[in-house]
Amino acid sequence: MNYLPKSLAVGFVLASFASASVFAAATHPVTGETLADDQTFTYSLLDEFSSADPQIVEDVSGADIVRDLFEGLMNQDADGNLVPGVATGFTTNDAKDVYTFTLRDNAMWSDGNPVTAHDFVYSWRRLADPATASPYSWFAEIMAIENVGAVLSGDASPETLGVTALDNHTLEVRLTASLPYFAAMTTHSSTFPSPEWVVRTSGNDWTKPENIVSNGAYILTEHIPNERSVRERNTLYWNNDATILDKVVGLVINDENTDLTRYLANELDKGTVPSGQYIRLKQDYPNQATSFPRLCNYYMTFNMSPSGPEAFKDVRVRHALAYAIDRSVITEKILQAGQINAFTFTPGATAGFDVPSVAFGRMTQDERNAKAVELLNEAGYGPSNPLKFEYLYNTSEGHKKIAIAAQQMWKETLGVEATLANQEWKTFLKTRGEQGFELARGAWCGDYNEASTFLDLLTTPSGYNDGKYSNAEVDQLMLDARTMSDASGNYTRIEEILANEMPVIPIYHYAGVFMLKTNVKGWPYNNVEQNVYSRNLYKIAK
Amino acid sequence: MINYIVKRIGIAIPTLLVLIAVSFYLMHAAPGGPFTSERPLPPQVLANIEAKYGLDQPIWRQMFSYLWGVLTEFDFGPSYKYHDRSVNEIIAQGFPITLKYGFWSFIVAVGVGIPLGAIAAIRKNTWIDYLAVGVSIGAQVLPNFVMAPLLIIVFTLWLDWLPGGGWNGGSWQYLIMPVIALSTSYMASIARITRSSMLEVLNTNYIRTAKSKGLPTKIIFFRHVLKPSLLPVISYLGPAFVGLITGSVIIDMYFSTGGMGYFFVNSAFNRDYSVMMGITIVVGGLTILFSLIADLLYAWVDPKIRY
Repeated sequence: MNYLPKSLAVGFVLASFASASVFAAATHPVTGETLADDQTFTYSLLDEFSSADPQIVEDVSGADIVRDLFEGLMNQDADGNLVPGVATGFTTNDAKDVYTFTLRDNAMWSDGNPVTAHDFVYSWRRLADPATASPYSWFAEIMAIENVGAVLSGDASPETLGVTALDNHTLEVRLTASLPYFAAMTTHSSTFPSPEWVVRTSGNDWTKPENIVSNGAYILTEHIPNERSVRERNTLYWNNDATILDKVVGLVINDENTDLTRYLANELDKGTVPSGQYIRLKQDYPNQATSFPRLCNYYMTFNMSPSGPEAFKDVRVRHALAYAIDRSVITEKILQAGQINAFTFTPGATAGFDVPSVAFGRMTQDERNAKAVELLNEAGYGPSNPLKFEYLYNTSEGHKKIAIAAQQMWKETLGVEATLANQEWKTFLKTRGEQGFELARGAWCGDYNEASTFLDLLTTPSGYNDGKYSNAEVDQLMLDARTMSDASGNYTRIEEILANEMPVIPIYHYAGVFMLKTNVKGWPYNNVEQNVYSRNLYKIAK
Repeated sequence: MINYIVKRIGIAIPTLLVLIAVSFYLMHAAPGGPFTSERPLPPQVLANIEAKYGLDQPIWRQMFSYLWGVLTEFDFGPSYKYHDRSVNEIIAQGFPITLKYGFWSFIVAVGVGIPLGAIAAIRKNTWIDYLAVGVSIGAQVLPNFVMAPLLIIVFTLWLDWLPGGGWNGGSWQYLIMPVIALSTSYMASIARITRSSMLEVLNTNYIRTAKSKGLPTKIIFFRHVLKPSLLPVISYLGPAFVGLITGSVIIDMYFSTGGMGYFFVNSAFNRDYSVMMGITIVVGGLTILFSLIADLLYAWVDPKIRY
């Protein structure tokens, strides 16, 4: 791993730019664009974020903020590639179960203390410590750090966790499994450092603007829950000279239509596209409305457990129901925002995943419908003996539209009588988790950019496998994939098995949509995880 | 009077306790919990979190330790969803906001509603009456979740006069649209109640007597008509005032004001038990307090009522 020369070169260029900018109208050091005088970026959050504490934060909008305030060992660039963060690089052994990170010696906290390997040791112990009760402590578990299980259960003290500061600038991590992608996991917000001395003196209040000390490109200067949070340039950040954006303002706007109105009134630089409005906005604002594939899927899951309906134990019935859904109607007529028809569980945008050409994906919808009718007849259902079941989804206008469309398609093509039921979110999760359903809505967003984050869901031991699908071959392929340097063959094979057995009906893969002013540059469109670092954004003069 | 107040407070305490107990049980009876999520937490992680917040205890014990904290230290506990805040902080931050726009909405609703109703009654069956009735019915049927986005489109997007949302310490630019959206339907109700009750008073014998003995209209109106016509209005104002100052989810949602209303509603969806309980207690306490104040005002306005 040798990142240094390139980043040093960029550093020199940016440093010379910073000193020059005092005298001349500022231009971007690489592109030469004239920069706007006011480098304030204002965007909207749909809801108040959960926390600014790296080890506690549990939502995406909170992680975006934490990623600006704190810096972990490694970062991602605009394409999602791994680049140095606090660490300048790392080495690993052949077994890939011991990782040694070298930390830069110029990284500083916003109070002037140096960032050392001890800060990471403290924070990772804090993540696993039962006393912290972090909702993301399971992330330490999937990182497979030595002894993490015993620490989590309180059987061993956090000091026994397999992470050691060899000196101030060298961090050693010992794993219980071989994880080739371990370094990529350190871009996750729960692995970012927390300042021990501040956490100790301020307790739960340490993330308040008046107390917080952070090591990222920004510091939190204002936070009014459910209204706004403001982060401003951290002048002590080691790479501060390269930061162009001075200030980032996050406004909480709970209503997506109001959000759009305020964006159009120029109160926001980045705003929301309300559902169903993408096409209109794309026509009116072609350079502002943006759609990009996201690592999320939308599916329906059959209850394959003993409590599930007998009919769904017949693979022909599952196939018929999956075939009869015209996905184009859902993506092009209902959602209209660049969503992708899904015939596989894993989204095609996932890194290292080759979308297999499964048979039912190659057919036309007419062929699929004909096949569906044939299969359902074979299974013994027809006009005199129609298939009946209930489809359960969590209460939402969007899910309702899709449910009604599917119900109609099943009825018209197959004469199936599906009834629709909806439940409030947490009630729905409980019902689904207890297999109290026949067919239920499901959706999943990847935790990291690798197919296993999706396919793990359909393995027997998965805690998220609410349909209770179980296939020994799938389980084995997933187990083997963990230690393979390239597991894409296994993932393709699993998707073929899924297409044959159809334990879930893939409907579509998500698209992310937003409005972004044309003078905001540096947006990482190619980073499918949409891990945005505000310090890479900048505003050009209009 | 003093006896009456003491008696009412004596009833208020058990009422509040029953409210707390019932809400506490109802809340825990709802399926799922604060840490139920699409990706269920591993059992060990969930156990650690539940132990931290005492959610692993039996419900009755949770309730008593909660009540103990509230009564002895006025501590409403931590939020389970917004981890950086305690419920006390959430209320301390959100309530003043809600109070401010609620109070101004009350002033506007009363200040516009009563004169509007009175003018309509005095000029009964003239165009002024029709206009006033038309306006108040229109205002009543236009729900604030329609009005709020319309206001933003007109005043922010088209005219560019007012900021589309936010609070900014409650400066007037940020206050105007929330107050209009919140006060309109209350204003309409007040106008209609005032009009009908004033018409009733205007038809009474003592007003006819006053007119026949030649008293000037102004004196008749201010001395003999206004006070008795306000009786039904005052009985409406008590609950209306509580409704206004305890928060509106619609206002908070559309105008991003950061008030208590959105926290309240959202806490139910999030199963954020402590936030929900804290706000329930505050709203419950205020409701009891202001219905008492309304009853006392009633006695002041109506000499027939004595406690």
